[in-house]
Amino acid sequence: MSDYRALDGNQAVAEAMRQINPDVIAAYPITPQTEAVQVFSQFVADGQVDTEFVTVESEHSAMSACVGAAGAGARVMTATSSAGLALMWEITYVAASLRLPIVMMVANRALSAPINIHCDHSDTMGARDNGWLQIFSESPQEAYDNMIQAIRIAEHPELLLPVMVNQDGFITSHAVERVEIFDDSAVKDFIGEYSPRYPLLNVDKPVTFGALDFYDFYFEHKRQQVEALGQAKEVILAVAADFNKRFNRSYGLFETYRLDDAEVGIVVMSSTAGTAKVVVDELRGRGVKVGLLKPRVFRPFPAEEMVDALKHLKAVAVLDRSVAFGAMQNAGPLFLELAAGFQAYGPAARIPVVDYVFGLGGRDIGPTQIEAVYGDLRRLASDGRPERLVTYLGVRE
Amino acid sequence: MAKAKGWRDLPIGGVIEEAGCARDLNTGAWRAFRPLLDKAKCTSCLQCWMFCPDMSVEVQDGKMTGFDLYHCKGCGICAETCPVDAIAMVGEAEAAKEETQ
Amino acid sequence: MATQAATPTRLILKDLSKKPERLSPGHRMCPGCAAPIVVKQVLSAIDDPVIAFCATGCLEVATTIFPQTAWNVPFMHSAFENAAATCSGAEAAYRSLVRQGKLDEKNVRFVAFGGDGGTYDIGLQSLSGAMERGHRMLYVCYDNGAYMNTGIQRSSATPLGANTTTSPVGKVRPGRQGVRKDLTAIMAAHGIPYVAQASPHNWRDLMQKVRKAVAVDGPAFINVLTSCNRGWRHEAAKTIEIQKIAVDSCYWPLYEVEEGRYKINYRPKQKLPVTDFLRPQGRFSHLFRPGNEAIVEEFQRRVDAKWEHLLKMAGEAQA
Repeated sequence: MSDYRALDGNQAVAEAMRQINPDVIAAYPITPQTEAVQVFSQFVADGQVDTEFVTVESEHSAMSACVGAAGAGARVMTATSSAGLALMWEITYVAASLRLPIVMMVANRALSAPINIHCDHSDTMGARDNGWLQIFSESPQEAYDNMIQAIRIAEHPELLLPVMVNQDGFITSHAVERVEIFDDSAVKDFIGEYSPRYPLLNVDKPVTFGALDFYDFYFEHKRQQVEALGQAKEVILAVAADFNKRFNRSYGLFETYRLDDAEVGIVVMSSTAGTAKVVVDELRGRGVKVGLLKPRVFRPFPAEEMVDALKHLKAVAVLDRSVAFGAMQNAGPLFLELAAGFQAYGPAARIPVVDYVFGLGGRDIGPTQIEAVYGDLRRLASDGRPERLVTYLGVRE
Repeated sequence: MAKAKGWRDLPIGGVIEEAGCARDLNTGAWRAFRPLLDKAKCTSCLQCWMFCPDMSVEVQDGKMTGFDLYHCKGCGICAETCPVDAIAMVGEAEAAKEETQ
Repeated sequence: MATQAATPTRLILKDLSKKPERLSPGHRMCPGCAAPIVVKQVLSAIDDPVIAFCATGCLEVATTIFPQTAWNVPFMHSAFENAAATCSGAEAAYRSLVRQGKLDEKNVRFVAFGGDGGTYDIGLQSLSGAMERGHRMLYVCYDNGAYMNTGIQRSSATPLGANTTTSPVGKVRPGRQGVRKDLTAIMAAHGIPYVAQASPHNWRDLMQKVRKAVAVDGPAFINVLTSCNRGWRHEAAKTIEIQKIAVDSCYWPLYEVEEGRYKINYRPKQKLPVTDFLRPQGRFSHLFRPGNEAIVEEFQRRVDAKWEHLLKMAGEAQA
């Protein structure tokens, strides 16, 4: 029987971790992830979990200890934000390349400088090429659900890749909502047992991890990672299907909202999608045919499927909560990847796609601004030519 | 030299499954000098075995039996550390020539 | 709790020679390198199963060039600065799995190796953290006094006056300046159960120390002076000899700190002048040119001061 509790995103994630009961967690506190590790520490202190909780002295050591523990053959989880992810960046590549199925919650927070503790996506976007899967959560419920699914996804024998479960720092991590918490045994049953492929602890079958590759083997090892990532979409959907069967909540690679008969649409991830849905309903109430697409899985980037869902629209705006500095027009990464998607899979007749960078460093975005974007889109749909490719939405000029 | 494997045939994660397979490498080819044992002088104290960086001193039932020339790099530590001067370092080129004759 | 150990292999060469090799030949360390000698001694001293970790550096690079590995024990390298953290994670996993009954207790020992580069410098934080957290692991630093693998660049372990590629001898600079870090003292200051200094020329002392280290139910650290004949510029064959001189000159005292109690394991019958250590090494050859006498004097002064201090700590100081 499910329990319904008032929890914020951090507490919901900590609860998922309690139920998953991993063998090892090595984590370092950083705002706004801190509450998650604090809540979990209390579980440890109260004997509610079997987890060996390693209070490491930095995030670099957190991911290193996770790599050692996962290499040993344990089920391993951790969590971080912002500068913490930046500090462990080197080792996140190692974790993915060594094919260690570590699951990490990231409470998305801006990168320095200047130092900022609030939400934007620059942290995980800065790590988007590291070979990890990335799943974004709109709400504490999604964060909880995604953590549980992430274990199954990561440990799938076709993948054996680490997974980041993202939620907006403060906005989701610290916002209390009504969250359905499943029965402990139901979660345990769903995630199953972990069977490591090459456990170091199997001392009778010694293996070597982390060898030196010269130019004669490195390329082949990377090609293997690519192959695994190529299987990821299928695995994610299969796990979601099983999740739906047991827990009656459906997840996919992305969510569409009133998009099927829309004329224009916004592509936006995470909590802002929630705000945007309210705007969609408001405009629909006035007879304006708008919709939205909320990407859930950013890595692997489901370009073909997303373009397929958007190709009937007359204009598309992407909302990016980070900047890829120095990219074309200093656009955001979501836009850049989707634009490439349209190039690869889009219809012959070009659809105008534009980018709105918003919310950096936790700058709030409200329904009025999103409504303005839809206004721009409707003009764009008739003109066909954008005023500019990238707009910085909400910055003071 | 065997043809290197393609990505489909390699274990994932860059893992090396065969422990100690480095022994296939002929590091003996590096030598400029090789050790020569005077069996009469040798007391099987096994100092040479302990100090060889390349595990190339062969020991059978506690007795020093010779050198693993497939791996020995000719560093000369064994000759230096032998307390009874039972090991001499000789030029590899001549020693190899003598061997084939 | 650890199960009762079987009778340990006696520390006599005949018995040790019968144990299966844990590091195989065919590795690509330089001829005469002391590092594989150290590894061989460390792993051979331990009868229990061992999982080895290694920081990036000569040892790691030369023993694991894909698809070859010289390690006959489970081995992991992840990066340069985190051998201790990586090892601590595996140790935590072991403790967790055994505690949960998912794995049988097999007295698996966790040993991390790192050069002075990956230990004194870039790896210091991760080492300090792992030691402070109390993991049951042994960290062995093979100290050759520079970043040898990348071309003999100075580290904080480089001795005074040494010629390295980032502290080269030039028109206005005479090699490494500044004060060398005393990492063994730093580790002792962490209050861990066992800390020691060793040298592979005295294999019995080194191996006894390794056994003590893995017997403690907590963190242990052993600092091992490890000659690099390329970086030190001495004949490859002289490796063991130079190690002995280093110890006999008191540049590298053999001592241990057990539960905070200092003990000197070896007092040279005749304390050699540091010049006996410096002269055979090309990296110090400039110190014997006129004008550099003060550096040699300073080197001697520092060695003497440290030795006096050590005697005091061990309660053996002369009145």
